[in-house]
Amino acid sequence: MDNQSGYKHFIEEVGNISAFTWKFFKAFFNRKQEWKEIIRQCYIIGYQSMPLVGITAFIMGLVLTVQSRPTLEEFGAVSYLPAMVALSVVREIGPVVTALICAGKIGSSIGAELGSMRVTEQIDAMEVSGTNPFRYLVVTRVTACIFMLPVLVVVADGISLYASYLGVNLKGVLTWNLYYHQVFESLSFSDILPAYIKTYFFGLAIGIIGCYKGYNSNKGTEGVGIAANSAVVVSSLVVFIMDLIAVQIADMLGYT
Amino acid sequence: MKEEAVVVTNNLVKSFGNNHVLKGFNMELHKGENLVVLGKSGSGKSVLIKCMVGLLYPDNGSVKVFGQEVADLTVSELDELRTRIGFLFQSSALYDSMTVRENLEFPLKRHLPKLNQKEVDDLVMEALANVGLERAVDLMPSELSGGMRKRIGLARTLILKPEIMLYDEPTTGLDPVTSREISNLILEIQSNYKTSSIIITHDMDCARTVANRVIILIDGERYAMGTFDELMKSDDPQLKPFFAAL
Ligand SMILES: Nc1ncnc2c1ncn2[C@@H]1O[C@H](COP(=O)(O)OP(=O)(O)O)[C@@H](O)[C@H]1O
Ligand SMILES: [Mg+2]
Repeated sequence: MDNQSGYKHFIEEVGNISAFTWKFFKAFFNRKQEWKEIIRQCYIIGYQSMPLVGITAFIMGLVLTVQSRPTLEEFGAVSYLPAMVALSVVREIGPVVTALICAGKIGSSIGAELGSMRVTEQIDAMEVSGTNPFRYLVVTRVTACIFMLPVLVVVADGISLYASYLGVNLKGVLTWNLYYHQVFESLSFSDILPAYIKTYFFGLAIGIIGCYKGYNSNKGTEGVGIAANSAVVVSSLVVFIMDLIAVQIADMLGYT
Repeated sequence: MKEEAVVVTNNLVKSFGNNHVLKGFNMELHKGENLVVLGKSGSGKSVLIKCMVGLLYPDNGSVKVFGQEVADLTVSELDELRTRIGFLFQSSALYDSMTVRENLEFPLKRHLPKLNQKEVDDLVMEALANVGLERAVDLMPSELSGGMRKRIGLARTLILKPEIMLYDEPTTGLDPVTSREISNLILEIQSNYKTSSIIITHDMDCARTVANRVIILIDGERYAMGTFDELMKSDDPQLKPFFAAL
C-alpha cells in the first residue's frame, strides 16, 4: 500500500468508526434495550478481566512503591511514599493500565467473537429471526464496557493501594490506619473525578472499536484474526490519545 | 391459467463497487414448487436470495414476495414477512454461544414472544423430530458434525413453519451420503410443509433430486430455464459444463 492510499484508508476508517459510534448512541438512548443480554455481557466482561486486572494492579502497586523508595530516601522524603504512589495510581496508572489490559483482553475477544459471527452468517441469521443484531450484539457489549471499565478501575486502584501498603512495609513499619490516612489526605476530589470520568470513555473506546472491527470483519477465516488483532492495536492507541486529551481538559478546567 | 407466483424478481440489479453481480435478473417462484438456481461459485446466487429477505437491497429493479415490494417495507412489516420465509444459511449459522435448544428457541421467542415455555418446548422437540435429531437438544454447536449442523439449522428455520424456504447451498461441504439425506429432507419438507422453495446449489445430484424446475444463472442474468432433464439434454456449450460430471 502506498502512502496516498494508506492515508485515504485511515481517513475512511476514522469516518466509519465515527458513524458507528453515532449509530451506537442513537440506539443507546432508545427505550428498546436487550437488558438481559446487557447484564450477561457485564458479567462476562467484568468476570473475564477481573483476575488479570487484579494481578497486574497488585504487581503495579508493589513495584511502584519499591522502586520509588530509593529516590525519596535520597531527598529524605520517605514519609511521602504512600501519598506519591497513591497519586500516581489513582490519577494515571490505574486507569490507563487497566484500560490497556482490557483493550487486550476484552477488545480482542469481542473482535474475534463478532468477527466469527459475521463470517459464519450468524449476524444475518439473527437479523432474519426478528432481532436487530446491532442492538443485540453491539449495543449490549459497548454498554457493558462503559459500565464495567470504571468498576474494574476502582478495583484495580484498591488492589494497587493495598499492594503499595505491603510494599511500604517491606522496609519499615507503617500501620494500615496510618497508611490509609496518608493516602486519603493526599488525594483530593480533583484528583479522583477526572480520573474516574475518563474511564467511561476508555470503556466506550474499547467496546466500540472491538465491535466495529468484528461487526465489519471481512469474509473468510483470516478476517476474524485481523479483526481481533486490529481491535487490540487500535483501541490501545485510542486509549492513549484519549488520556492525552483528558489530561489537557482537566488541566484547562483547573483540576490539577 | 398462470400459476400463482410467491416470489418475483424483475430486472434485479445489484453491484458492489465495480463488481456487477446481478445485471437484470428475472425469475418467478411458483407456489409449492422446488426451484433450483444453478450457478458458478461467486456468480451472485447468495446475493439473489439475500435480496428476498431484506439482508441486501437491490440497486435497481424489483423483488416482490407475496406481492409486496421488499425494499418498501417498514421494519415491522419486514419482520412480519421474515416469519413467513425460512433461510438456511450456507454455513448453517448456528449461534456458537448457545445450545441447540437455545438456538431453536431464539427465533420463536423473538417472533412470537407470547408463547409460554411449554409451547416453546413442544415446538422445539417437534422441529428436532422432523430432522431426526431429538437427541442433540442439549449439545453445543461445536459438538455437532457438518451434517448435523445443517439439520439443526434446518430445524431452526422450520420452527416458524415458513411458507417459503430459501436454501443456500444446502449440501456444499458434506459427504455424498449426507448430501443425499439432506436432499431427501428437502423433498420431505416440500410435501409436509407445502413450502415453495428456492434451492441454490452447484451440486448436480442434489439439483436432480429436488428440482421441479431449474434456472441457470450466468453472468448476472438468467441464462436458461427448464426442467432438469430438458437442460441436461441441451447442446448449449455454456450449459454443458454444469452437467459434465453426471
Ligand atoms: N456484502 C457484500 N459486499 C461486497 N461484495 C459482496 C457482498 N456479498 C457478496 N459480494 C460479492 O458478490 C459476488 C457474488 O457473491 P455470492 O452471491 O456470495 O456468490 P455465490 O454465487 O457463490 O453465492 C462475489 O464476488 C462477492 O465477493
Ligand atoms: Mg453463496
